[in-house]
Amino acid sequence: MKFKVRGIDTFASTGGRPFDKNKPLIIFVHGSGLSHMVWVLQTRYFAFRGYSVLAVDLPGHGLSSGESLKTIEEMGNWVGDVIGAVGCKEASLVGHSQGCLVTMECVAQHPEKIKTLTLMGGASAIPMNPELLKLAEESNPKAVDLMMDFAHGPAGHFGGHPVPGLYHLNVGSMIVQNKEIKDTLGVDFRACDNYKNGPEVAKKLDLPTLSILGAQDRMCRLKDGKILADYIKGSEVKIIEDCGHMMLLEEADQTLEILKKFIAEHYPLPS
Amino acid sequence: MDPKTYKFDTLSLHAGYQPGKNAGSRQVPIYQTTSYMFDDVDHAAALFNLERGGHIYSRMSNPTVQVLEERVCALEGGTAALATASGMSAIFLTIMTLCNAGDHMVVSSQLYGGTVNLFRLTLPKFGIKTTFVKPRDTEGFKKAIKPNTKGIFGELVGNPGNELMNMPEVSKIAKEAGIPLIIDSTYQTPYLCRPFEHGADLVVHSLTKWMSGNGSSMAGILVEGGTFDWMQNDKFPSMTEPYEGYHGLSFAEEFGPTAFTMMARAEGMRDMGPCLAPQNAWNILHGLETLSLRMEKHCSNALKMVEYLSNHESVAWVSHASAPGHPDKELAEKILPKGTGSMIAFGIKGGKEAGAAFINNVKLASHLANVGDARTLVIHPASATHSQMDEATLKFAGLSHDMIRLSVGLEDFEDIVNDFEDGFRAAKKPRLVANK
Ligand SMILES: Cc1ncc(COP(=O)(O)O)c(C=O)c1O
Repeated sequence: MKFKVRGIDTFASTGGRPFDKNKPLIIFVHGSGLSHMVWVLQTRYFAFRGYSVLAVDLPGHGLSSGESLKTIEEMGNWVGDVIGAVGCKEASLVGHSQGCLVTMECVAQHPEKIKTLTLMGGASAIPMNPELLKLAEESNPKAVDLMMDFAHGPAGHFGGHPVPGLYHLNVGSMIVQNKEIKDTLGVDFRACDNYKNGPEVAKKLDLPTLSILGAQDRMCRLKDGKILADYIKGSEVKIIEDCGHMMLLEEADQTLEILKKFIAEHYPLPS
Repeated sequence: MDPKTYKFDTLSLHAGYQPGKNAGSRQVPIYQTTSYMFDDVDHAAALFNLERGGHIYSRMSNPTVQVLEERVCALEGGTAALATASGMSAIFLTIMTLCNAGDHMVVSSQLYGGTVNLFRLTLPKFGIKTTFVKPRDTEGFKKAIKPNTKGIFGELVGNPGNELMNMPEVSKIAKEAGIPLIIDSTYQTPYLCRPFEHGADLVVHSLTKWMSGNGSSMAGILVEGGTFDWMQNDKFPSMTEPYEGYHGLSFAEEFGPTAFTMMARAEGMRDMGPCLAPQNAWNILHGLETLSLRMEKHCSNALKMVEYLSNHESVAWVSHASAPGHPDKELAEKILPKGTGSMIAFGIKGGKEAGAAFINNVKLASHLANVGDARTLVIHPASATHSQMDEATLKFAGLSHDMIRLSVGLEDFEDIVNDFEDGFRAAKKPRLVANK
């Protein structure tokens, strides 16, 4: 659906159900250069099980207007504003990759609004390879190819998508390439590279938190994901074997199962 | 720093398949199965509502067919693919997903005869009309577009006249009009050309041909490039507006770069059902493993054949985009740098009678209605593949009575030449042969 955040046209997928502000809200935040489309194998499930779902497109991404936000702090603040913009008071957050940094920042800035936090393929910092950063800022499509290479685990490189007929390396690649690379991926990579507050923010988090990590993640390595989880008080950790950074596509079913259990326990539907 | 994603030859052997998820079987298993167990009712509901991936019933998807879909998709550089029972069903499914009654298509006039019949005779029964444009008439494609036009369709190298459609330029015309360009790339295979790199949005194949090479199985496929923005205008309401069949799902919104294939499967395979048999998918996969090796040899044999025919006293003309003086040679070198394929058309001196005598007297080359087999094939289109056409349509499709269509195989080149010499000898005295 389209709605306004700070006066700017914003798009979020509602998972195929009409949005209802009276149902518990779950917001999904995508990673660098991506859009709501990466979440389809998680969002529809919750939307058809009593939740209201918003898989947002960050400003300048996917179907949202405006310019990309330049810092993780601004993005975190923006996600907080989304909640009010749709007439809600609170939400659970799910982030992937850069979306983990963004959702952690959102909790830090709007602690009263956020009920649970799920971090997929996260780390407390995401420093960028300088060459990759440069390629992205130059809109060189090679940046996207490198990103897809790093983002998929060894098994993911062969394909074998849960949705018959999809070749997920190219799906991710086209989501990024259908926008101007430097304006989305370039800006996002720079924001990740600049962000240094991760450890401090993580240590202050005080809400039910789940980390889903890919054992073969080469973007945010398993050990870095574990370090982040260690910073967060009482964080649950689930590791998916034989999976890279794109667990939400590479192992969409396992990811959904883990998320379902966590949400059912910590953010149940009102009885 | 270079990406280490797998390259073409590796993908043709490995893409879409993980042995670890299939009992360690190195070769792809044949799932000769129709239906798949649900974990519980919640799982069943989620699968039916496209909330999660997985198989329900082999009319929609099958684990062996899925490997073929992903493999071809990877080779084409696409986002999603859907395999079908034949090349024709892939084309029909594509058009039925794209168009509603009252819509219009702009289509290249040099097509496989079956495709011409589909657009000219069958689709009008569903209220879908077509304007045909000659493949070299790039401006003609633009002029033919109407407000209700939903796409441009063509074969890159027309059959059987070997005229090239200027894909990069026609793609610009399609983009300007906000409609997708669909290319039937059967003759090229992704080894020779990857149409998405030249502006195509959807690709279809008859996998019956070079992709398998073994002449054992019928199959087709639709591949999506993920390049087309269905939401840019209001021409594609079935993609962009809530679809009743799936609780108001908007395919374009939810599935973005894979929306068309998702829709073609969810609606087209569900309701029309031209599903590919798992055994046939496996046969095609087997052929795909050697695609590069075969295409290289097809092309090198074809080049030698063009030279041989061009210098032959019984041959009036030779058409192949590599032939000297071919009007599309420059364009071919640009978009088909690895070779222009193994389809050759030539005119035999002595016209229709000589043509028939030639066909009746070759022994190694097989006289049949197929192309792209590993074996050399010959046919006389005016009396076979295009025989349902009247004189005027025949001419518009670029055909003449003396034309022989040749699909060069992988045999030893000398053996093909020896066989052809027998054919040409007989063609010089057609009456004697006719009386034999
Ligand atoms: C270019 C082309 N497209 C489509 C088809 C139809 O494919 P099938 O025979 O697999 O239905 C053919 C068959 O000859 C063809 O040559």
